[in-house]
Amino acid sequence: MAVSNKDLSGVLARGQSAGHSHDENELRVAGFWIFLSTDMILFACLFATYLVLRGNTDAGPTPQQIFDVRGFTEETFILLTSSFTCGLATHAMHEGRRGGLITWLSITALLGLSFVGLEVSEFVHDVGVGATMQRSAFLSAFFTLVGTHGLHVSIGILWMISIMYQILKRGINATTARKLTIVGLYWHFLDVVWVFLFTVVYLMGVM
Amino acid sequence: MLPHYWPTPVTGDPLIYGADVSIALVSIAILFVLFYYKKWGWLWREWLTTVDHKKIGILYVIAALLMLFRGGVDGLLMRTQLAQPNMHFLESEHYNQVFSTHGTIMILFVAMPFMFALFNIVIPLQIGARDVAFPYLNAISFWMFFFGALLLNISFVIGGSPDAGWVSYAPLTEKQFDPGPGENFYLMALQLSGIGSMATGINFLVTILRMRAPGMTLMRMPLLTWAVLAASIIIIYAFPALTIALALLLIDRVAGAHFFTMGHGGNPMMYTNLFWIWGHPEVYIVLLPVFGVFSEVFPAFSGKRVFGYSSMVASLMAISIVSFLLWAHHFFTMGAGPGVNTYFGIASMAIGIPTGVKVFNWMFTMYRGRIRMTMPMRWAVGFIPNFVIGGATGVMLAAAPGDYQYHNSFFLIAHFHQVLIGGTIYGSLAGMYFWWPKMFGFTLDEKRGRIAFWLWNVGFYVTFFPQYLLGLMGMTRRIYTYPPGMGWTNLNLLSTIGAFLMGLGFIYIVWDILYSTMHRSELKDVTGDPWNARSLEWSLPSPPPHYNFAVVPTVTRRDEWWELKKSGRADVLRPTAQDIEAIHMPNNSGKPIIFSVFFFIVGLGFVFEWYAVIVIGLAGVLATMLLRSVEEDTGHHIPAEEVRHEEMALGRM
Ligand code: HEM
Ligand SMILES: [Cu+2]
Repeated sequence: MAVSNKDLSGVLARGQSAGHSHDENELRVAGFWIFLSTDMILFACLFATYLVLRGNTDAGPTPQQIFDVRGFTEETFILLTSSFTCGLATHAMHEGRRGGLITWLSITALLGLSFVGLEVSEFVHDVGVGATMQRSAFLSAFFTLVGTHGLHVSIGILWMISIMYQILKRGINATTARKLTIVGLYWHFLDVVWVFLFTVVYLMGVM
Repeated sequence: MLPHYWPTPVTGDPLIYGADVSIALVSIAILFVLFYYKKWGWLWREWLTTVDHKKIGILYVIAALLMLFRGGVDGLLMRTQLAQPNMHFLESEHYNQVFSTHGTIMILFVAMPFMFALFNIVIPLQIGARDVAFPYLNAISFWMFFFGALLLNISFVIGGSPDAGWVSYAPLTEKQFDPGPGENFYLMALQLSGIGSMATGINFLVTILRMRAPGMTLMRMPLLTWAVLAASIIIIYAFPALTIALALLLIDRVAGAHFFTMGHGGNPMMYTNLFWIWGHPEVYIVLLPVFGVFSEVFPAFSGKRVFGYSSMVASLMAISIVSFLLWAHHFFTMGAGPGVNTYFGIASMAIGIPTGVKVFNWMFTMYRGRIRMTMPMRWAVGFIPNFVIGGATGVMLAAAPGDYQYHNSFFLIAHFHQVLIGGTIYGSLAGMYFWWPKMFGFTLDEKRGRIAFWLWNVGFYVTFFPQYLLGLMGMTRRIYTYPPGMGWTNLNLLSTIGAFLMGLGFIYIVWDILYSTMHRSELKDVTGDPWNARSLEWSLPSPPPHYNFAVVPTVTRRDEWWELKKSGRADVLRPTAQDIEAIHMPNNSGKPIIFSVFFFIVGLGFVFEWYAVIVIGLAGVLATMLLRSVEEDTGHHIPAEEVRHEEMALGRM
């Protein structure tokens, strides 16, 4: 079931009309961009809090002691790859290949799931060695910042599953294409946030 | 697991039992009326599930007025307690709860819904749109606000109210110093309504940027639309900071983390910073829209176009940016050092410049105009001296060394009431009187309105002028009583008398509304343009049909409607039979309210730390979202024939 590029460019186009446009799909993509900018500020506040509290370990575990270079490198690779596969899913959508779309999106969701799995096991390990959120301000900030990102990823996975269901049921049309575009934006955004987390929390933490 | 708290009416305070009983009686009365007149279906279809921006706007107005009553009663309780030294009308604990809920309610549940009422009622009509960009989301915004407000209000009767001020500073609000569910109520109530506010900001930014009628370029937009655009930008970038401040404090309280605690490396000042990074822009969120109202009211009743349109736009946009750069003026005394204080002091004074530009522009608009002293104009003119005094005392507070003297005194209380009442509330009332006929089809009675205005206006100065002096004499805020012999007694008594005058003023406003509703046939607005005003909403009948514009107008200049009337061509905006096409409208939906009820359940769960309840609530939230996502709801079309019929019935064709 193909969909012409013209339909989709209508979905994806932004800002061409002189302030008068009632294409609902286009409006929603615009709205979602703005939502992402609020989410960015949300993370910015968490980052600021983390940076303020980072050194306040209260003689408890320090970043060097708990961060596992191998673990967070794996997480990074997995998430970056998932962003790529998510891009492939969007590409398949543009070509109207439903099978390809579903395959790539499933792979993306699975990669996301293994990312969340790794993160959970990291947290479980930390708690096991006494590095709990109640131990120090540094750990409170660490768990909250990284956990908020992980929560976003988990929501993204649920959302992708719902969209796959809709595409399987209804095929690729302007509405489902718009939904995939939006979840794709969300996913890439989480990837960018992770790059900052990787740098500011993990790399700067072990250095 | 045993729940941490059981909701019980706090202490044995007779006032609270009285409140319990009256709330129960009112609820029973409402339920009885609904059952007796079999109004459930009507309520559900017409109001609870509506996505019509006009109806949502009306719901906001009603909520704001109810909350103004509740917050006003709190104000009067406090003033009664302070009328004389050593009073025992309220005990200290109760006084703490009253000023905390008063401040929180006034800012979040009075000022904000008044703004959102303006957004909703006016903006789509003013830009020639049939609804907002995301009508379904708009309904979610309202219901999240509503259940947030409900959560804060029930704290009074179950579990205990927050008692650490409307700012809820840490570490005082940490579990260690403030056990019990009171602060949790505050944190969750603000979190819920904050989600709604953020959604409103996004919604109206997209609406204004993308839904304007053809030909309405940015520089042809009415100034209220500009003001809402600026306020939406501030909402979008300020609210996330509040979300984080509240969330982290909640995590401290319920999970034992150490963001803002005294020990274990916590940093209480981080809360203060995050709070005010939202808090200062917030005061502009509740001011810019009323600046917009004044920019509509002054020209309409001066019979002139607004003076300095471009400078009005520039100053709005300047304020929306600079408002983010001032937050530390709320805690000069924190000890950040002279460099930081100098910067924040100067920046705070600098924002007076664009504000001053606006005040001068309004005065020049009136200059040599043909002024009509109507109700909206009365509130607008009353605003000007208020704001000039509020601005002057604001600059005094912005001078950091001086602030070491006035900080947390009644001088500060007088200052911010001067701008919040004199600006936000006067502006909201001006807007209410101005657009009331557009909402309901009849104007509000002038005579009763005039009495209300004068009671309120005189009461205002009598209440707050003595407070400036009290502040300079050393009376600090948030004290529940004071000894005799400080020289404060007479001024306090005067202030209390003023507060009761304002209370009477409020009653007169309500009476004005009731009276006018009873006499609505005499006060009926048959023209749709009762004030001979300027922007597009006045080209529609009052109240406008559900779809607003039968034919979307084309705009060629500023004040299009006024210019058309002046050249005798107002008929251009009337629809003709062949121009009318089927109109696409969004469907009503019950999901926004259900979604918000689940969020309310999550809120209750966090308040009492009932984890099972939190899980149930969250599951409900997720389920409603998923159901909505897979639902195919593309709206409906009103057939052209039906639109023609309706326009004919309205006498427009
Ligand atoms: C009906 C007229 C009003 C009266 C008589 C009144 C009176 C008061 C009083 C007595 C206090 C507490 C002073 C203290 O002990 O610290 C107070 C605090 C406050 N009021 Fe009002 N008020 C009124 C209207 C408003 C309005 C309309 C707003 C905002 C839109 C507002 C916002 C606040 C805030 C934010 C506080 C600070 C609460 C805190 O200390 O945390 N008030 N008011
Ligand atoms: Cu401020």
